[in-house]
Amino acid sequence: MAKKEIIPRKTPMPEQPPAERIHNFNEVPFGYTPEQAIAEARRCLECKRALCMEGCPVGINIPGFLKLIAEGDFQGAINLIHEANALPAITGRVCPQEEQCEGVCTLCKKFESVAIGRLERFVADWEAAQGPLPVPALPPPTGKKVAVVGSGPAGITVAADLAKMGHAVTVFEALHEPGGVLVYGIPEFRLPKEIVRREVDYVRRLGVKVVTDFVVGRTATIEELLQEFDAVFLGTGAGLPWFLNIPGENLNGVYSANEYLTRVNLMKAYRFPEYDTPVALGRQVITIGGGNVAMDAARTALRMGAEKSIIVYRRSRDEMPARLEEIHHAEEEGVQFHLLTTPIAFHGDETGRVKELECLRNELGEPDASGRRRPVAIPGSNFRIPCDIAVVAIGQSPNPLIPRTTPELNVGRGGAVVVDEQTMKTSVKGVFAGGDVATGGATVILAMGQAKIAARAIDEYLRTGVW
Amino acid sequence: MNPILEKQVLSDVTKLMVVEAPAVAKKAQAGQFVIVRIHDHSERIPLTIADYDRAAGTITLIFQEVGKSTAEMGTLEVGDHFATVVGPLGQPTEIENFGTVVCIGGGVGIAPIFPITRALKEAGNTVISIIGARTRDYLFWEDRMRAFSDELIVCTDDGSYGRKALVTEPLKELLESRPDAIKRVWAIGPTVMMKFVSLTTQPYGVPTIVSLNTIMVDGTGMCGGCRVELTTGPQFVCVDGPEFDGHKVNWDNLLARVQFYRDQEKMAVEHWQHECRLDRMVAQAEAMPVSQVEGSNA
Repeated sequence: MAKKEIIPRKTPMPEQPPAERIHNFNEVPFGYTPEQAIAEARRCLECKRALCMEGCPVGINIPGFLKLIAEGDFQGAINLIHEANALPAITGRVCPQEEQCEGVCTLCKKFESVAIGRLERFVADWEAAQGPLPVPALPPPTGKKVAVVGSGPAGITVAADLAKMGHAVTVFEALHEPGGVLVYGIPEFRLPKEIVRREVDYVRRLGVKVVTDFVVGRTATIEELLQEFDAVFLGTGAGLPWFLNIPGENLNGVYSANEYLTRVNLMKAYRFPEYDTPVALGRQVITIGGGNVAMDAARTALRMGAEKSIIVYRRSRDEMPARLEEIHHAEEEGVQFHLLTTPIAFHGDETGRVKELECLRNELGEPDASGRRRPVAIPGSNFRIPCDIAVVAIGQSPNPLIPRTTPELNVGRGGAVVVDEQTMKTSVKGVFAGGDVATGGATVILAMGQAKIAARAIDEYLRTGVW
Repeated sequence: MNPILEKQVLSDVTKLMVVEAPAVAKKAQAGQFVIVRIHDHSERIPLTIADYDRAAGTITLIFQEVGKSTAEMGTLEVGDHFATVVGPLGQPTEIENFGTVVCIGGGVGIAPIFPITRALKEAGNTVISIIGARTRDYLFWEDRMRAFSDELIVCTDDGSYGRKALVTEPLKELLESRPDAIKRVWAIGPTVMMKFVSLTTQPYGVPTIVSLNTIMVDGTGMCGGCRVELTTGPQFVCVDGPEFDGHKVNWDNLLARVQFYRDQEKMAVEHWQHECRLDRMVAQAEAMPVSQVEGSNA
């Protein structure tokens, strides 16, 4: 084979210019055109050993689908992706590709990797544009019933897989709209809700029943579900927000990222008063944290009219856990970064509204357990940043509601439900778990990967009855 | 979708609705609450469960029209639906035979204190109840409260009915006249009332349970908007509460937090009234003969 010509850089993806997009909630990138997609897919070196595939948590046949795109066979490409990934329009947008497939791409040793995420997104969007996804022929009903708790990435995936195996699946969602973190957490400008609705609609067309406004742990316990269902899958995510536990955190205007984003995304506070739920507006908004959720909050604040949106993060830019693209988008939009900065107190005005965040400057010390250099506060370096809204985006852990009402369910460190990683079985017979509720908080793609393992194990349990 | 089966107007601004919600009714216990949404643009509104009928699969909600959402809810009629009724949420009231207890309901707080009063009475307690409101029109369920109370004291701020007093006045007299007899006090009503009830009982060392009505979004422990500062640390009203030891609550912080959206609430009411006026004008215009409409333009 002739040696392939190397094109060093990714084909740029057209997107809304920063000055324009900070005034709307529309999605930032427009996605590739077919010509751009083909050109980008042709950059693949077709390595003998496909490192990209090894870097994918669900093992998508990446070289295979890139080749099909390069040949213009978009249908073939999406079919191949679907074999391993039920939600490519979503993962193409939210996966941390630079740590997975793209991070190990041979090209990126010297040049930019193939834009695998953008291409995954392209074929998924191309397929959606062809009309509703056809529902495959379903096997005869097995007569077995499965309850799926939570309708986020894990729940949607496990429900679809089990329905395709002929089981009767009911998904229970606590909120009024299915989608979990995809609808309450991730903003419209990063993941249009239309895409989530499309995926949920597909699951419904597979025969899955979706029950909203049903809080498992309250409306019914796991024990009660087990009387009606043959198996239960817990995909309840990591919904419990962490706070800093520093003075002044209960002042008005201090939000958890969950609350700030839920108000804006799920409750549509950006269209208040047309929608009834308000969110506080601020001229100067501080977001504390360095992950995707922090970037989402800081960028949301700009779209809600903030003149200044500031990220405060205790480590340096290199240690930020957010996707590179999100950090890059935030910087482009004018989000300011106060790095190596640790918040120590919120200060308020006489009405109880936050007005300043007091911080300490850090320097980097020895590596900690995570391998990242530990931030060490410099004594006496206190300074204050003015703000009228502060958003705490330092992480979240699984909601304790179900463990509290299911005493026999084993829960480990950080509130994560303990599972056998080969089967996703919990300590309770008939109950499986996957996604953030089992990992403690990770990515959409890991949640889906675990859901796929769980679906196979649930199927086996339903067929054999062996626990 | 949860249909409204019955509606009672308890006062100008206080409405009662019996709503079909079998899954909630099946599990509801005294002290718990639900979250409702009126329609797709609606807020998620937390309301304490005033009563429930497991056999009929219904719950009773009582609310006071204080903002846009509750005012709009007040316009719903029998046959209309709530888009959402989810629950029961929160921890149930701890019910046992304590001896002599006092149950205080202020204003719309009479609704949630009722099932607690009934449960305490049924558990064998001697129940002294105090219900109060600004004025006579805002009182309701005197008969129901009387049916489960050994003694019922009714008061109004303006003296238009019962005794002219704040609920804390008869409470203080009870604490003075029956030292050591009163084992526990429950108080549900406006935040400021619960604060002063707690301050009243504190010197006597009588455990006082309050049911907090904070701002919240999801009601399942996800947003943390309902967090309240206790002397023992922060707690979430939706999952750790709604009932707390009133002597541990940081009341001033709570009073500031419940007022946070006051300006936006005003804006929402104005927007809604404007829309209502527009709707009425459109309806009137549509009802008019065409010639008249054209004539008015000429």
